[in-house]
Amino acid sequence: MQKRFLPVLMLCLLLTGCGGREPPAGLQGTVSTDGSTSMADVMAVLQEAFREKCPGVTVNYSGTGSGAGVEAALSGACDIGLTSRELRPEEAAQGAAAHLIALDAVAVVVNPCRPLEDLSLERLAGIFTGRITTWDQLGCGEGPIAVYGREAGSGTRTAFEDLAGVADRCAYTNIYGSTGDVVGSVASNPNAIGYASLASAGEDVRTVKIGSVPCTEDTVRSGDYPLRRPFLMVTRRDARLGEAASAFLDFARSGEAAGYLSLAGAIAP
Amino acid sequence: MGVLLAACALAAVVFLLLIALYLILAGLPAIRKAGLGEFLLGTVWDSTNAEAPRFGILPMLLTSLWGAAGAVVLGVPVGFFTAVYLAKAAPRPLARVLRPAVSLLAGIPSVVYGLVGMCALVPALRAALDLPAGDSLLAAVIVLAVMILPSVIDLTTTALEAVPREYEEGSLALGATEAETWLRVSAPAARSGIAAAVVLGVGRALGEAMAILMVAGNVPNMPGLLRSVRFLTTGIAIEMNYASPGSLQRQALFSIGLVLFVFILLVNLLLNRTLKGRKGA
Repeated sequence: MQKRFLPVLMLCLLLTGCGGREPPAGLQGTVSTDGSTSMADVMAVLQEAFREKCPGVTVNYSGTGSGAGVEAALSGACDIGLTSRELRPEEAAQGAAAHLIALDAVAVVVNPCRPLEDLSLERLAGIFTGRITTWDQLGCGEGPIAVYGREAGSGTRTAFEDLAGVADRCAYTNIYGSTGDVVGSVASNPNAIGYASLASAGEDVRTVKIGSVPCTEDTVRSGDYPLRRPFLMVTRRDARLGEAASAFLDFARSGEAAGYLSLAGAIAP
Repeated sequence: MGVLLAACALAAVVFLLLIALYLILAGLPAIRKAGLGEFLLGTVWDSTNAEAPRFGILPMLLTSLWGAAGAVVLGVPVGFFTAVYLAKAAPRPLARVLRPAVSLLAGIPSVVYGLVGMCALVPALRAALDLPAGDSLLAAVIVLAVMILPSVIDLTTTALEAVPREYEEGSLALGATEAETWLRVSAPAARSGIAAAVVLGVGRALGEAMAILMVAGNVPNMPGLLRSVRFLTTGIAIEMNYASPGSLQRQALFSIGLVLFVFILLVNLLLNRTLKGRKGA
């Protein structure tokens, strides 16, 4: 028994060293990430958490947009590209590999006084393109519909418009510069309807079901809720990722990072 | 010592010139690409349209103009009469308390005005005028008028207090009433100070972004009193965060900055010419 103990112990220690996802604390280097502006909050918490694990590694983030992020990853201009949408077929054909690190949901919100429970995607598009203009056309009381949204270029707006199929066709009554402003204004105007990321839609507003599916973490994870988008880290399939970048990517996909994701308002996949 | 003073003065001028130069360099590319006519007179601002982005700033230009004009029309008369009261008609102990209070109001950050506007004024307008949403040019004009009041009152009161007593005594001795004296003698004598107050008020109204970002609605419509509107300043403020560096959208935002800069310069020149030009007449 004792003769076998030492080799077994050494084998166990060896296996721990090989298979473990713990990056060596002494790791040095720089990781450059580039892409989606919607992922800014997620990147901020991941950067901070990773800095505690590996103080020698600097992770840089630059918000240039999802498209630019994929381009940079493919050309080698950055280590990891960030996108808040699925990869396009031509991008995958050029050798892009996507790694899902989080999910983001866009919730549709109305004032609590408004008795609206459920909207179909088609009616949602009708409201936001200006085809449906009063609340009695939806059977929820009276009054004109005030359509609230975000400014052009906002990640939330791009996500909502793409997912609802109304890109470049929206007719907004008011535009706000932040999700907080949208939520606050919807909470104080019974005529208003707007959109916000799930994490920001709090108690002051009523979150509407889309196609009878409520917006919760579970429905987003399962894919039942339609207005959701993936947060992806994109790398080149054929190129070898550097050690520091590899460690960061593994960290972002780990269960540990999942805890930090909720701080940034995202949902772990 | 003289060298130090000259150096400080030079530094101030140099900073201004550098800002102007940077605005020109950063703002010209987009104007050149979009065409000056289309930029200044185009009525559609659609900066992130994937296929055909449009950069027409006429709605924002007119909104800034009407918004500032409305704020001045509302704020300057109220400010002027308040100043007359504080400088001439109020009992001295009351004036001694009110004047510092008004000066204090001038120091309130604009975001606070915006918050109060968003939480109190906008819902009130919506309820009173039965609108879909209360965010409108009217809300912005009211907020701007309240914002320029303290500075207008302060400057005008100082100007009125500086009018020599002899002018007023002479007028009263000739049989004019107090009100006639203040309005027909003191006010014209304090004209240059009042003009300075108006210029300051207009400058503040044209340059304000934070407060009106929260009450004006921010959709680049052609201006209408009860419609959601976007000013030149809020046009820059609302899209700057998300404009990717190097993109045409970002360059267009700098072009708005350049137009705003030139606009304010021209308005100031015009006001100074018309209001103060008659000083020696």
